Amino acid sequence: MAWLDRSARSIFLWDLVVGFYVGLRYFFAPKKTVNFPFERGPLSPRFRGEHALRRYPSGEERCIACKLCEAVCPAQCIIIEAEPRDDGSRRTTRYDIDMTKCIYCGLCEEACPVDAIVEGPNIDFSTETREELYYDKTRLLANGDRWEVELAKNLELDAPYR
Amino acid sequence: MLLTPWLQSLGLPYAAAWLISQSVFIVILSVALLVMLAFLLLFDRKVWAAVQIRRGPNVVGAFGLLQSFADFIKFVLKEAVVPAGANKGVFLLAPLVAFTLALAAWAVVPLNPGWVVADINVGILYLFAISSLGVYGIIMGGWASNSKYAFLGSLRSAAQMVSYEVSIGFILITVLLFAGSLNLSAIVRAQAPDIRHWFVISPLFPMFILFFVSALAETNRPPFDLPEAESELVAGFAVEYSSTPYLLFMCGEYLNVVLMCAMASILFFGGWLPVVDIWPLNVVPGVIWLLLKIWFFFFLFAMVKAIVPRYRYDQLMRLGWKVFLPISLAWVLISAGYLFAIGRIS
Repeated sequence: MAWLDRSARSIFLWDLVVGFYVGLRYFFAPKKTVNFPFERGPLSPRFRGEHALRRYPSGEERCIACKLCEAVCPAQCIIIEAEPRDDGSRRTTRYDIDMTKCIYCGLCEEACPVDAIVEGPNIDFSTETREELYYDKTRLLANGDRWEVELAKNLELDAPYR
Repeated sequence: MLLTPWLQSLGLPYAAAWLISQSVFIVILSVALLVMLAFLLLFDRKVWAAVQIRRGPNVVGAFGLLQSFADFIKFVLKEAVVPAGANKGVFLLAPLVAFTLALAAWAVVPLNPGWVVADINVGILYLFAISSLGVYGIIMGGWASNSKYAFLGSLRSAAQMVSYEVSIGFILITVLLFAGSLNLSAIVRAQAPDIRHWFVISPLFPMFILFFVSALAETNRPPFDLPEAESELVAGFAVEYSSTPYLLFMCGEYLNVVLMCAMASILFFGGWLPVVDIWPLNVVPGVIWLLLKIWFFFFLFAMVKAIVPRYRYDQLMRLGWKVFLPISLAWVLISAGYLFAIGRIS
C-alpha cells in the first residue's frame, strides 16, 4: 500500500501541488522587507555606532582627560593630549579617534568614568576619503551635541544593566 | 500583412506594399515583445520575491516598474569584456545567434486571427527547428569563451536542451494529430470556440503537463537550471560574458521562456480564443486573451522557479529519457488509436 500511495503521489505530482499551495500562501503573506534607507529596523540602546563626546547640561565638556579610554582601546585608535585649563581644571587639548582603526568594541565607553565618550546610534557616517574619518575633538563634540537626546536616552535605558 | 490592402489602395504594387507592411509589423512585434519582456523580467523577480516574503525591486519608478529599463541602461553602458584567449568573432556572434533565433521563432506565432508574420503551413516544424538551432548559440558561446567552466556549462546546457526536445517533439505530434494541421493558426482554430474544445480538456491533458515541464527544461529554467545553477556554478556557458552580449543571452533566454508560454497557450489553451464564448468575453480582442494566457503561464514558470528545488543532473536525464520519452511516445500511439477509433483519422 505504501508503494501505491507513493506512486499515486508521484503520478499526480502531489509534491508540486502542495508546494504550489505553500508558495501561494507565502505569495499573499505580508512582506517582511524593510525598505532600508526609508525604513529602519530597531536598534538596541547598547548599539555601538559613531562615537561622540558628551557635555554636561551646563555646556561644560564631560571629558576629564583621564586617558582610560586611550589605555583600554585594543585598536589603539584614540590619542589624547591634556593640559590644565586656565581655571585649573584638567581638560583635553587633543582628542582624536581614527575611525578607520576603530573596531567598535565599546570598551572606551565602558572605561569612561564620566560617560563622556559614547558610541551613539548613528551609522550613516561613511565618507569618500580616509582623511574625513580621522575624527578630532571638535568633530566628536559636535556629534555629542547633535545626538545628545538619543545618547542620554540610550544611557538611561541601559543604566540598570551597567 | 494588415496594411497591405491599404497600401495597395494608395497605388503601390503588391510586392512593395507587402514588404512595407511586413516590415512595419515585424518592427512593431519585436518592440512590443521586448517591452513586454522588460515587464515580464520584473514580474518574474516580483513573484520570486513575494514567495520569499520579500518585496522585490520597488525603487526605480512606481512599484519598481522601470527597474528593467534601468538594468538595460546599466548593461548597455558597461564595458563588454572579451577574454584574452577567446575567439573574438565567435564570442560576440554567439549571443547574437541566441537572441536572433529567439526572436525569429516569433514569426509564426499567431497573436490574433491573421496577426502573424508568416502564416506558414509548417509552423510547428519551423518552431521546432528554430528552438533546436538555439543550442548553437549556447555551444558557440561556451566554446568561444576559452574557459573550461563555460565549455562544460554549455555542454550540459546543450545535452539538456537536446534531451527534452525529443519529448517535446512527440508532444507536438500528439497535438497535431488532434488538430490535423502543422499551421499554428489552424491549431488554434481547431480548438474553437472556447474552453470546451481546448486541447487541455481532452485526452491531451497529460501531454500539457509534460509539455510544461519539458518547456522548463528546454529553456533552462529552474528547477532545471543546471547549466547556470547560481548557487553552485556561476553562470554556466555565460560565465565570461558581460554587458550587452550577456544582455542578449539573457533576453534570448527569456524570449524563449515567453515563446514556450505562448506555445503552451496556442497548443493547449486555445491561443487567442476566449475562455467562454459569451458576450462580454468574446468581444475582448484575441491578442488580449493570448497575452493573458502568456502572463498566466509565465506566472506558473515564476512560481515553479520559487517553489521547486533544483534537480540533480542524473535526475534530469532520467526524467527526460526514462519518464517523459516513453510516456509521450506511448501517448502518440494512444491518441492516434483514439482518433482512429472515433473515426477522425483513417
